[in-house]
Amino acid sequence: MTSRSTLLHKAWYVFQKDLHQEFRTRYAINAIFLFAVTTLIVVSFSIGPAGLSAQVLSPLLWIIIFFSAMSGLSHIFVREEEQQTSDTLRLVAPANAIFLGKWLFNAVLLIGLEILIVPLYLIFMNLEVKNPGGFAAIILLGSLGVSTVATIIAAIISRASARGALFAVLSFPITLPILVSAIHGTGMAIAGRPMVEMMGDYQILFAFLVVIFTASVLLFEFIWII
Amino acid sequence: MLKNDRPWFHGFKIFTFVWMIFVIIGSIKVAPEATGFVSTSRVVFFHVPVAWVAVLAFLVSAVFSIRYLRKKQMEDDIWASSSAALGFLFAILATVTGSMWAKHEWGSYWNWDPRETSIVILLLIYAAYFALRSAIDSQETKAQLSAVYSILAFVTVPFLIFVVPRVIFTLHPQNPIFTNEPKQRMTPSIRWVFFASLFGFTLVYYWILRLKVDIERIKQRMTEMEDKS
Repeated sequence: MTSRSTLLHKAWYVFQKDLHQEFRTRYAINAIFLFAVTTLIVVSFSIGPAGLSAQVLSPLLWIIIFFSAMSGLSHIFVREEEQQTSDTLRLVAPANAIFLGKWLFNAVLLIGLEILIVPLYLIFMNLEVKNPGGFAAIILLGSLGVSTVATIIAAIISRASARGALFAVLSFPITLPILVSAIHGTGMAIAGRPMVEMMGDYQILFAFLVVIFTASVLLFEFIWII
Repeated sequence: MLKNDRPWFHGFKIFTFVWMIFVIIGSIKVAPEATGFVSTSRVVFFHVPVAWVAVLAFLVSAVFSIRYLRKKQMEDDIWASSSAALGFLFAILATVTGSMWAKHEWGSYWNWDPRETSIVILLLIYAAYFALRSAIDSQETKAQLSAVYSILAFVTVPFLIFVVPRVIFTLHPQNPIFTNEPKQRMTPSIRWVFFASLFGFTLVYYWILRLKVDIERIKQRMTEMEDKS
């Protein structure tokens, strides 16, 4: 009991530390928000008036979300390597606590981004979501999955050179099950299908989230301590 | 030294060579054409085994990656990366043979069929694996991080195999071996040649894998000697 509570406490401290550090420079926040807004404007500017169907609009939304995540979420570990603070971090907290803290930060960042970007997308595209509850749930589940994959891959690429290019290349194949189900589910939610029909997508997203999160927690120690 | 420690390997090579000759003859001369297809159905004797080896190589790579993380022996990393390299080669072969068949039967080289999608993802994973390896200098770090990535990717693959076909409609022939539909069943001679080919390609895979592992070992020994001198 005590060991678990200290683990979660330490994870919370890591999260707070990253939050403070982030607001000092605002590097990741700037990168991810500006990238998302730019992409959104490019997309809506180029195809906005065409009046596309939900089948096209839901993949576009997820492409924006995926590449925005790729633009900023690697910073969480790359920063530690660039500022050479990772060794200190290794001393003060166990690997699991660090992963949990960093994951929480990335998840909060990505969901915070979506709170801004998704309504903007709906406005720009003149899109009416007929099943808002299902829509929100699928975006929430999908982004939890994306942020999990992004966090573990960020930990891997922070040790390599050519980080920026590698991050998207390594993340994409692993994110693909999330993207496929999320795109499918989002399209159904926009079209106003009932929750029952989207159950399959929820199940896959949830199952994948559990599997990839568990694998990441187990494997993180091997990345962090070499 | 590398050769003499396994004399049975010579026998294995000869056996594989003869076996594959019989498979090639059998696929062209013995097995009849499948009903509804012209000779193109014979691609099943090469395309499916090659795809099977691509997935098998991936599994072997993941198993050796797990072993590496447990024991930290460079030997396991050599096996894992060699198997991944072969998997990449066989995945390309499977893609090309499948694509040629698709052009003939479906009318286009590529149409994002679920199976095509999953083989592309497999190719992407392998490519990402080697991109990661080439971006790290230290041997231990390279071995360890690529092992972690290999396991992560391996966890993903079952989802791709079950998720993608559920969402997208497929034209790809489904499971003609174990189906209960009598019309779609393989006839006995086709089945025999098919399984012989599956077995033969697995042997070929093992053969090339041993060669590749030997080359990697020699490379490693040479760098070690250079470091010493």
